[in-house]
Amino acid sequence: MSARNNIPVADMVEGMGVAQLAPGTDTFRGQLVWRHRKGGIFAVLGLLSLAIALAMLAVLVIDILIRGVPWLNWGFLTSFDSRFAEQAGMKAGIYGSLWLIGLTILFSLPLGVMGAIYLEEYAIQNRLNAFIRINITNLAGIPSVIYGLLGLQVFVRWMQLDRSVLAGALTMSLLVLPIIIVASQEAIRAVPPSLRQASLALGATKWQTVWHHVLPVAFPGILTGNILAASRAIGETAPLITIGALTYLRYTPTGPLDFFTVMPIQIFNWTSRAQEEFHDLAAAGIIILLVVLLGMNAVAIYLRQRFRRKVRW
Amino acid sequence: MTNDAPTAGAPFRPESLRKNFRRDLDDRIIQSVLFLAAAVGVVTTFGIIVSLATETIAFFRQVSLAEYLGDTRWTPLFSSKRFGIWALISATLLTSLIAMLIAVPVGLISSIYLSEFASSRVREVVKPMLEVLAGVPTVVYGFFALTFVTPLLQRFVPGLGTFNSLSAGVVMGIMIVPLISSLSEDSLSSVPRALREGAYAVGATRYEVATQIVVPAALSGIVASVILGLSRAVGETMIVAIAAGQTPNFTLDPRVAVETMTAYIVQVSLGDTPTGSIEYQTIFAVGTTLFLMTFVLNIFSFWFIKRFREVYD
Repeated sequence: MSARNNIPVADMVEGMGVAQLAPGTDTFRGQLVWRHRKGGIFAVLGLLSLAIALAMLAVLVIDILIRGVPWLNWGFLTSFDSRFAEQAGMKAGIYGSLWLIGLTILFSLPLGVMGAIYLEEYAIQNRLNAFIRINITNLAGIPSVIYGLLGLQVFVRWMQLDRSVLAGALTMSLLVLPIIIVASQEAIRAVPPSLRQASLALGATKWQTVWHHVLPVAFPGILTGNILAASRAIGETAPLITIGALTYLRYTPTGPLDFFTVMPIQIFNWTSRAQEEFHDLAAAGIIILLVVLLGMNAVAIYLRQRFRRKVRW
Repeated sequence: MTNDAPTAGAPFRPESLRKNFRRDLDDRIIQSVLFLAAAVGVVTTFGIIVSLATETIAFFRQVSLAEYLGDTRWTPLFSSKRFGIWALISATLLTSLIAMLIAVPVGLISSIYLSEFASSRVREVVKPMLEVLAGVPTVVYGFFALTFVTPLLQRFVPGLGTFNSLSAGVVMGIMIVPLISSLSEDSLSSVPRALREGAYAVGATRYEVATQIVVPAALSGIVASVILGLSRAVGETMIVAIAAGQTPNFTLDPRVAVETMTAYIVQVSLGDTPTGSIEYQTIFAVGTTLFLMTFVLNIFSFWFIKRFREVYD
């Protein structure tokens, strides 16, 4: 039957035996039962494959909880990394991640939203703008480790920012920029055109329309996109390793030009050690990381629900 | 509107004209600033190409392209240096292949099930869970592959090493399932209802509608999702860096340690490699190779959607 994929419906139906066999004959009934059963079998298969994927998620979470929970305590959050698993903590990673995310949002949020406004509200249909659009889609498909090489060459080497948290944040900003632009574009596009027309009809300029009428309405959507982008940035490891972020650090950054490490790098570092205790420690670190991510996603979902209910046209 | 001459009702006022001019100028300045923000994406692409190219050119001044593409041993970090990229490419392809063997059937069956068979209640429960699966940081998957999946598989697969492409590939496959299933579900559910109803009306069963009407109609999107999944697998870094090992190995044996292109970049970045050295240049040469591979895959998937999209409106 799979060979008949592109045949028009009428021909196909003949192939299924509907037209050839008079309804009511035993062969037809027998076939029909089988034809329906195939659907049942497929549904079981579908549930099974979903179950495989979700079971993996469940096993992952349970395994990490069993390993990590005994290691979770206040000291784990407040002490620096150590050569002894019992004394090691995530303080440097937590501070580093906060610094990194703060700076990343500072750079990427205004840039991304401005870019999205241009593409949605200002850009006319021409080759240059089409190129900008295609380019943004393309950027989203570039592996994160390549962004790390970009950051290593441009920010660390040419701009001489060294392995600072600033260099990391700039790299990460470029990485999440396409996500922010696309999400903000969707939010802006969802604003009804009548709102813009009303504002323009009253004599407002384009920018006044955007600033006073489009952005406030699109704001929750933009915010959601930014939270999702930030949660992507918190979990990223490869580009930061590539620009040379440290794996073992016993102080926290005090300024944007200081060295740094982040939570995922500490987890990676502990995972690469041979001793089992460090693997458990990594599991504890993963719990912290996942709790942060879940919290951010919960906020994003909450915002989406809340504002969706409020605004109605 | 034709307002070139002041009419009797509205006296000619240069004041307000000047104000209008100011407003238009402001608007134009704002537009330029917004354009620059949108153009950052293009600058990023340019930056990636330039930073990869400069070091890659320097690399190929010392190593011939024939050696790079003609050798199968990769030992730039040893005293007797060999630069056969195939040792790394083979590992990337092997882990990606294993991942796709998991992700394509599971992802596609899930998407067809979710779009055509599942009740809306199942969909509402399952889809957010798949999103969670997609949001788990890759370093967490790497941890899971190394400390859980590998020991588990070692019970069934004789001779499975601590680092191997099998468990890295399997876990990477699970990671890609949500990507493939959500993208292809999007294209499945955008197939117009009328097509399904037409098929039902001539007596097709649910299974027949799904496999012979909906899937062929959404084929371009489904294929594109698979290609994007493959591109993600090729560029994935942390899972393979943690679980597949750091031993360049030209082999198709999934039980032994290998080193993918991305894992090599991580390995060099973790060490103290002086800039300008041949070791430093190798990661850019490898990065360029990786960039070209994912770029071709991404372009191919866009082209496929454009070329084979079925439009029903």
